[in-house]
Amino acid sequence: MPRKLLIQNVDVPGISSLETYRAHGGYASVEKALKTMRPEDVVEEVKKSGLRGRGGAGFPTGLKWSFLAKPEGVPRYLVCNADESEPGTFKDRFLMEKTPHSLVEGMITSAYALGVHTSYIYIRGEFFYVARILENAIKEAYAAGLLGKNILGTDFSLDCHVHVGAGAYICGEETALLESLEGKRGNPRIKPPFPAVAGLYGCPTVVNNVETIAAVAPIVNMGGDEYAKIGIGKSTGTKLISASGHINKPGVYEIELGLPVEEFIYGEEYCGGMRNGKKLKAVVAGGSSVPILPADLILKTANGEPRLMSYESLGDGGFQTGTMLGSGGFIVMNEDTSIVKNLFTFTRFYHHESCGQCSPCREGTGWMEKILQKFINGTAQESDVDLLWDVQGKIEGKTICPFGEAAAWPVAAAIRHFKDEFLEIARNKKFVDISHYEKLNGGLS
Amino acid sequence: MGAEIHGTQKFNESKRTEIKFSEEAMATAKLLMSNYPQGKEKSAIIPILHIAQAEFGGWLSPEAMDYVAEILNIRPIEVFEVASFYTMFHLKPVGKCVFEVCQTSSCWLNGAEDIVKHIEKKLGIRVGETTADGMFTLKVAECLGSCGTAPMLQCGASYHENLTFEKVDRLIADYRTENKQKNYTDLDYKNTL
Ligand SMILES: Cc1cc2nc3c(=O)[nH]c(=O)nc-3n(C[C@H](O)[C@H](O)[C@H](O)COP(=O)(O)O)c2cc1C
Ligand code: FES
Repeated sequence: MPRKLLIQNVDVPGISSLETYRAHGGYASVEKALKTMRPEDVVEEVKKSGLRGRGGAGFPTGLKWSFLAKPEGVPRYLVCNADESEPGTFKDRFLMEKTPHSLVEGMITSAYALGVHTSYIYIRGEFFYVARILENAIKEAYAAGLLGKNILGTDFSLDCHVHVGAGAYICGEETALLESLEGKRGNPRIKPPFPAVAGLYGCPTVVNNVETIAAVAPIVNMGGDEYAKIGIGKSTGTKLISASGHINKPGVYEIELGLPVEEFIYGEEYCGGMRNGKKLKAVVAGGSSVPILPADLILKTANGEPRLMSYESLGDGGFQTGTMLGSGGFIVMNEDTSIVKNLFTFTRFYHHESCGQCSPCREGTGWMEKILQKFINGTAQESDVDLLWDVQGKIEGKTICPFGEAAAWPVAAAIRHFKDEFLEIARNKKFVDISHYEKLNGGLS
Repeated sequence: MGAEIHGTQKFNESKRTEIKFSEEAMATAKLLMSNYPQGKEKSAIIPILHIAQAEFGGWLSPEAMDYVAEILNIRPIEVFEVASFYTMFHLKPVGKCVFEVCQTSSCWLNGAEDIVKHIEKKLGIRVGETTADGMFTLKVAECLGSCGTAPMLQCGASYHENLTFEKVDRLIADYRTENKQKNYTDLDYKNTL
């Protein structure tokens, strides 16, 4: 049985209540950390665990925590990034909805480690009902003395507030999130300074993803070394994967890092194979921003090794033949899928979501959408493929925040691996789309 | 205190003409402002704009925004800057139920376009329009974090997932019949499908 550390109890009736959660071992990490460990010991365990940020970038969490500036007399903040807006990603929502106390527990233990006394959970506005679930959990935690003053009778105090956003993907970028939390437009900040030095209200701040923070609890409970034994190489622990698209069993799966991609797609325990027996065509493995890979390259690396669900294996081959684990948004496409149309939906998304600060991104995403629209209309020329390639290359690396890359990479990868599809549309002056047809209409016959 | 929440109560009994929060809404707004350090109350702007939208008929008029500026003791332009940035804030009047159909990858792969077409036909409106009776507005949205239960649409605070044509029909009928008792800009409504 694969180990589960985050969502093992989601099917327990009533697990969203404090009582049931505690009856299943919940809040043990708070007891252990606050009563038997010093804050720096907790940081040390997280370092040893090898935990890497689950928001997409995969930065080592312990290291990030050790950068947190600690000037005298200045408050520090912990901000949980629950903005979850990367297309294909819905794992944080699942965790917060099903087992909200897992996040609250992680917040308390993490805040203790960081010497933080005020924390915020920034959740995307559309998840309004999830915000209410969290707020109820927080209320219960206050009432039980797990939040507020002198938690569990120790001299550690912590406040935790839920803050709802209002629909802006860019607010997932940590500095845009902080701007938004300060009551402004979600425009990313120029870095440095990094949030660890000057974050919320100019004070030292740690921003971590929901899943990252939730993982701190099992790490403290089992010890960093034990946690590091799970997974493979530098991809330690478990990861929540959001699986969607043309598969039999879409949903959120907790996997041990290192699971073969093939097993994830076809295994009964996971996606359960392709819907209606169709053939696999392509996968976007880590949320819309990461390069799409054709079936052969997602199942095996260019060297013929089985591809594994890990930071290293998915990255094997660089962007020529590899991709990224990203946020774990795993979108599976069958043989009928138009890669061009799928890319169009991504690019439309990026155009819509660009904050507009940087010209290459604001204008470039619009141009890319327009060019792709020509393909959808069947009016594109062969030279438009080169134009599209050119435009994406002029966004990457030229923006304040990595949104530019996030918008450019999917375009580059689609052209890299599926150029013929673009050319065919341009040559035939015709675009046929049946990819979306089978679920609602029973397929084209 | 972080435990108290916005939106616990049902705002917006009817379209109010006077631009003033109900007592409940004002109390919630004040509570929200206390979640942030002294002098940083502006942080509460987005949560309070959500309340304003629910209080004042589902959209934010210039007067509503000015009112929020007053509550937060900031300049009106600061409110407009924010309100115009975030897609959940409607700066023009909308129907009682705003259907936001996700059109991004996973939803598209599972037939979102057909769902949109179906709703258009059913309601006799195009994307971006409101039905003549002011009941429904149809919009398209970008990924709403529901890709595993695609296709889906959001209406108010409710997620309606794994949509089929029949489900959409039922949804429209339900919203129509329950219209008398419920207002779906109300943040309290929970998905019952
Ligand atoms: C455009 C953009 C969108 C992002 N969206 C999210 C998001 O929705 N959730 C998230 O946790 N991180 C997101 N990130 C990453 C954050 O900037 C940040 O790296 C992360 O929250 C750090 O937490 P972690 O180290 O625990 O992953 C996004 C980054 C970019 C550039
Ligand atoms: S793609 Fe529609 S909810 Fe994510």
